[in-house]
Amino acid sequence: MNDMTEAVKLTAADFKSDYKPIWCPGCGDYTVLGSLTKALSIIGRPPHEVAVVSGIGCSSRIPAYTTCYGFHGVHGRALAAGTGLKAARPDLTVVVTGGDGDGYSIGGNHFMHACRRNLDLTYIVMDNHVYGMTKGQASPTTEPDWDNKLSPGGTGIRSFHPLVIALAAGANFVARAFSGDPNGTAEIVAQAIRHPGFSFVEILSPCVTFRPEQRGWKDLVHPAPVAETNDPARAARRIMTDDGFNIGVLYAGNRTPYARTPAASATLAQIEQEFAL
Amino acid sequence: MNRPRKPGAPLAPRSLEDLMGQALTIEREAVARYEELADMMETHNNLEVAALFRKMAGYEQLHVEQILADMGWAADVVVPRHSGIWSSPESPEVVPIEEMHYLMHPWHALQLALSAEQRAEAFFAEMAGTAATEAVRAAAEEMRQEEAEHVALVREWLAKVPQPEGDWSVDPDPPRYID
Amino acid sequence: MPPISPHPQPAARSFSLAIAGSGGAGVMTAGNLLLDAAARAGLYGLMVRTSGPQIRGGEAAALLRLGARPVATLDDHFDVLLAIDWQNLNRFGDEIPIGPGSLLIGDADAGEAPEVFVRQGAQLHALPLKKTAKAAGGGWVNMVALGLAGTVAGLPVAALEDALRASWKRSAEALASNLAALQQGVALALALPDPRPEPLVPVALPAGHARWLLSGNEAAGCGALRGGVRFVAAYPITPATELLEWMAPALTRMGGSLLQAEDELASVNMIIGASYGGVPSLTATAGPGLALMTEGIGLAVAAEVPIVVVDVMRGGPSTGIPAKSEQSDLSFAVDGLHGDAPRLVLAPNGIDDCLATAEWAVQLAEALQSPALLLSDQFMGQSRAVIDQPTQAAVPAQRLVAAADTPGYQRYADTPSGVSPMAIPGTPGIAYTADGLEHTERGIPSSQARDHVKQLDKRLRKLMLHDYGPRWADIEGEGELAVITFGSTTAAVREAVERAAAAGTRLRLVSIRLLAPLKPEVLDQALAGVRQVLVVEQNHGGQLLRYLRSRCDLPGRPAGLHRPGPLPLRPGDLARAFIDWAATHPRQPAATGVPA
Repeated sequence: MNDMTEAVKLTAADFKSDYKPIWCPGCGDYTVLGSLTKALSIIGRPPHEVAVVSGIGCSSRIPAYTTCYGFHGVHGRALAAGTGLKAARPDLTVVVTGGDGDGYSIGGNHFMHACRRNLDLTYIVMDNHVYGMTKGQASPTTEPDWDNKLSPGGTGIRSFHPLVIALAAGANFVARAFSGDPNGTAEIVAQAIRHPGFSFVEILSPCVTFRPEQRGWKDLVHPAPVAETNDPARAARRIMTDDGFNIGVLYAGNRTPYARTPAASATLAQIEQEFAL
Repeated sequence: MNRPRKPGAPLAPRSLEDLMGQALTIEREAVARYEELADMMETHNNLEVAALFRKMAGYEQLHVEQILADMGWAADVVVPRHSGIWSSPESPEVVPIEEMHYLMHPWHALQLALSAEQRAEAFFAEMAGTAATEAVRAAAEEMRQEEAEHVALVREWLAKVPQPEGDWSVDPDPPRYID
Repeated sequence: MPPISPHPQPAARSFSLAIAGSGGAGVMTAGNLLLDAAARAGLYGLMVRTSGPQIRGGEAAALLRLGARPVATLDDHFDVLLAIDWQNLNRFGDEIPIGPGSLLIGDADAGEAPEVFVRQGAQLHALPLKKTAKAAGGGWVNMVALGLAGTVAGLPVAALEDALRASWKRSAEALASNLAALQQGVALALALPDPRPEPLVPVALPAGHARWLLSGNEAAGCGALRGGVRFVAAYPITPATELLEWMAPALTRMGGSLLQAEDELASVNMIIGASYGGVPSLTATAGPGLALMTEGIGLAVAAEVPIVVVDVMRGGPSTGIPAKSEQSDLSFAVDGLHGDAPRLVLAPNGIDDCLATAEWAVQLAEALQSPALLLSDQFMGQSRAVIDQPTQAAVPAQRLVAAADTPGYQRYADTPSGVSPMAIPGTPGIAYTADGLEHTERGIPSSQARDHVKQLDKRLRKLMLHDYGPRWADIEGEGELAVITFGSTTAAVREAVERAAAAGTRLRLVSIRLLAPLKPEVLDQALAGVRQVLVVEQNHGGQLLRYLRSRCDLPGRPAGLHRPGPLPLRPGDLARAFIDWAATHPRQPAATGVPA
């Protein structure tokens, strides 16, 4: 979709706070911030009805750079905190953010179960194939032969494929975007937020400091050759031949989202009747 | 990422309003991006380049105001965004963030601004070349000329700043832990 | 009261300098070279880094103290603050105190010095630093700073040049222009008018006096290797990552291995697994990671599997202040497990001690089949110092291992010492299942009262009966008043005690290295004749004070001097505080009939 009508009342600027990001100049996360604020302005809910939950890492600094309610939690637990928030406050729009180390390594278990639980959340991972904030160790999406101090010569371990895991574990919306195309990314993120159930968007976001070679990503990414599908089997076949640089929505499904908590139906007195002799 | 033009997608704006709406979007995004880059450079103690980007933001803002005045539009007017017409993912006049370096010199910043202005000029030249009506063609040509003036301005500016040494990007100190 | 002499002995005089700047100025590199040059001049030194929140290009400062004696703490003031530019340096106002005798040097073209520095009354000098660098064939400005600062400190040009040459990895031409820049910096220093702080004098070390230059993290890693660690599980966390990164290639070269874990839950369980297999194992983390590891540490206690967990303490609680030092994990380390779970807790008290105490931690963990927590901190971990090369040979740990086919083998046998021989997988005839569940002597799960008490007693007894020898604490000096501390504050406390002594206040110093188990009778011995104690530590809640009071009967009315990070405790502040505290406890006439 190339034509977009801007939201009538809110602009991206309404969602950007006054705090200046400390990310290195050239970091892909700047444009992700732009895409997120743009997407939120498209959704149209005021900032105070949106919560941005994150873990630890460079990309997890993002909540304070928005005017939404933010929660900068501990390493790897953003999805758990976001799940709790959404379960208790289903009226809010909850966006969970973080990086590949935070999300797929220490957060891996929570990632799998958040997909499976299929609560109406949106999870955005800024993937730069490295642990940036701790100065350059391999993350689960790092190539096996990338030399670094903690694993000299590379880890030798096959890298993690988050879209496969998300689809298999039960996410209802699976997509990949690229920070080099902020408007395309904003569209995908807006679609993800609108889509019911657990929406997962992996955003390739180069790290200018520890992976300067990722500047070449803009020549590697390409639009996915096929349109999105709501058939998990078709999506699964497609994702197994994914080269890691297909951009677009892979899967927008109809899996039943986690049911919202029903309204109160009894009084305390009625409940306590159970004990009465 | 080059997004291919959809076959049959319009290459030219359909009306004067359409053209000027695009021009407004281009200028607005240029302002926002230059401000963002100025903030980024300030945070990283590169004050000279920050000031330069701030200045560029100012020039682009003048352009925004001129378009609004010419069209009689309010400052918060909403215009559609036909991103498919551009050959790059972002609008022609924005400096891509990936080109930033915390140690960049004014010369680098001006080179990036020059490229941005040249892209904008080329864009309006194409709009003029494919315009359906004379009114649109004339307006596009006027925009092109203004961009051409900006190009000349930036070139002048470039001639006055020193070229950086070969080792401008070398930082003897390693990156730091903060979290 | 006589004024406190800041430098009671001329030989103990030191020189403190700060080199600051931002964005590519290379102040850390200059600081490292300065430290190296000082070592080449026969001096000792300490370098501490500090920086703003940016990952690249932000403001930063290298803080150094150099002297003829080993340096382990920063001084109260800096003799020189040399700023390549002033951007955002006001952030370091508290960390870089200067005074009327100090030199405040900036680049003439870099604008005004921040008020926070100017108002302290130092001698202000504006010099053409960048221009000088450019004129010297395009050398870097931090080399001018190196020459300037090094010369003001008294370092010979040859030492500065040698340090630069030794570190150089780029072209010969670039080296030449940077040497030229360095020499120009020297010239600027020589041209500075008086008054100037008195420079140091190079020392001719005796032949064969070997020294090392390293960080506390590297020292701890090296100590662990010496102790016999051959498996490390690693998860990156500030400020411990460098310890793990240092160990990665070193371990491999010694035939060991390092595995990057997915998180701290994994890394603690990985090292338990490896150790169960017979290989001494270690991981390193900081507060948030230690919090995740607690379940695992409890498992190691219950199953009696030796592991070493290094906690490089940082500002807490929670995410806290990751790149700054604090001593606020003590309570957690000594008490923070569910159940009755005794364990070893050690704390090195200097960068040099990181090596010896890490080795000791491995030895104790292996000998006592227990987890050992090693409380280092960001200050020691990430600072670099010149230390005397360790003279003792490495003493690898010894684990009490069961022999094959031992008849009636019981893994958790209730031995008199509490240590029972451990069967290593692969050994025939004595296979067992290790268990976090409470168990019988054979290792079968049990909920019986008799078994629970027996095993609890065993696990406590093995730690309490062990003779740890004199290394459990550094006990220095005589007196009825004692100052107790641990970890990196020790050096500042030690210097403060010296200064107080020079001013007529006698204090005993006790720096505890073995924090758990704590043997009350041993502490009593250390405090024999002491009437009052002051517990000094870098945390908000007085954790060591509370711990000691809960385990021992301290004499008199124990007092605490505790301040949280991020600023270090300084000798001058401490000395004043000690003297004031001592004044509230004037000397009593000797009581009659009181046993010594």
